[in-house]
Amino acid sequence: MRITQGTFSYLPDFTDDQIEAQVQYCLDNGWPLLIEYTDDPHPRNILWEMWGMPMFDIKDPTAIMLELNACRKTLPRHYIRISGYDRSLGRASTMLSIIVNRPPEEPGFHLEREGGPDRQMRYTLRSYAADKPSGERYQ
Amino acid sequence: MTSPARAGRQTATSDEARASVQAEASSAQSAPAEPVDVSATYADSNVPALLDELDSQLVGLKPVKDRVREIASLLLIARLRERVGLETERPTLHMSFTGRAGTGKTTVAMRMATILHHLGYIRKGHLVVATRDDLVGQYVGHTAPKTKEVLKKAMGGVLFIDEAYYLYRPENERDYGQEAIEMLLTVMENNRDDIVVVLAGYKERMETFFHSNPGFHSRVAHHLDFPDYSVDELMAIADLMLEHQHYRLDDDARQAFREYLERRIPQPHFANARSVRNALDRAKLRQASRLVRNGGLVTSDELARIDESDVRQSRLFNEPPPPSPPPTQGTSAARV
Repeated sequence: MRITQGTFSYLPDFTDDQIEAQVQYCLDNGWPLLIEYTDDPHPRNILWEMWGMPMFDIKDPTAIMLELNACRKTLPRHYIRISGYDRSLGRASTMLSIIVNRPPEEPGFHLEREGGPDRQMRYTLRSYAADKPSGERYQ
Repeated sequence: MTSPARAGRQTATSDEARASVQAEASSAQSAPAEPVDVSATYADSNVPALLDELDSQLVGLKPVKDRVREIASLLLIARLRERVGLETERPTLHMSFTGRAGTGKTTVAMRMATILHHLGYIRKGHLVVATRDDLVGQYVGHTAPKTKEVLKKAMGGVLFIDEAYYLYRPENERDYGQEAIEMLLTVMENNRDDIVVVLAGYKERMETFFHSNPGFHSRVAHHLDFPDYSVDELMAIADLMLEHQHYRLDDDARQAFREYLERRIPQPHFANARSVRNALDRAKLRQASRLVRNGGLVTSDELARIDESDVRQSRLFNEPPPPSPPPTQGTSAARV
């Protein structure tokens, strides 16, 4: 099951040129970018691991792509996303967040139904991948 | 990393690109290629204006200006060659600027960044100035991220490393500078399209530095030497600086300032244009206190004029005059 989170997630995966264009858009708006990765793509897991520090004062998208490629090389089977953050007063929020790398196979989620008294039904999502310990998922 | 489908797509596009380049190249060879207008492209590129600006705003430095012109021509021709389909290797433009303090190395680097940007060699055209402190860390594992950070900031522009020889400390074999040097070399080689590195510093020490780091020497294509300014050139610089700030020297003050320069040049720590600027700043200070002391009504001309007494109050004039013959250019021994 293909994970869809963040910006443009219903489009086919971006090529590197397209990612670079998006990065340029962020830089044009003055948004610092950061690269994050995770192997637990649960929709409620919003705090992913950071790849290095957020990148301030960058003028050219090549620098970001260089970091992204380093991250892909180290973690080829993780989810990696690139986010642009608007730090201006009154906004202070993530403006754009694209998944730029995903594992080749995404097993998806198990929907657990738990029956309660009075025919109540509680639902829980559990990622199949997260059954294995962190670091051994998506091998 | 990438999905197989994506990787496949990329190879396809690069193959197509190569095929089209080959097609262009062969068509250029078979048919007599259409002539391209060199002067029109030159005029369009905005570069003549920039070079004129360089001429008018920087005094002297003839060898440097000539070299900048040559580089501009080279890039222009490379661009035209590309247009008619001749395969052109991207010229390496890493440079070393050598010269004493205040000879305009940083200023020229800044202009160089703009010119390279207008010729389409670099994408952004900004200048990032770094010294050893910005590149080399203080403990194990600190250097690489620091150097990387600076390199990333300079991507698409020019990285200016001032006093580059401080990166290399032969007396301490565990110095972290070596790590920064290695990273710089890798980036200078692999990211030639993204960054232009300019190394700057005093001539003799730069030569030692290049000698002990042959990797740098072979990767730096252009060595520009910035000559010292003559007294006349320093006077021209002073006039230019004052004109920008809407001040002027009157005739007596001009003579006094020339004498001041003749005394100042042989002294230690003489820093060419920077010393001129500092001397003028002090003269402006004295002019201001003179005007306040005198009080009363002043005209706008009085506010702009620096007179002889403002210059003559310098402590240099209280010392005995320089030994004859008056040196116009200090020897290197006098200044080190």
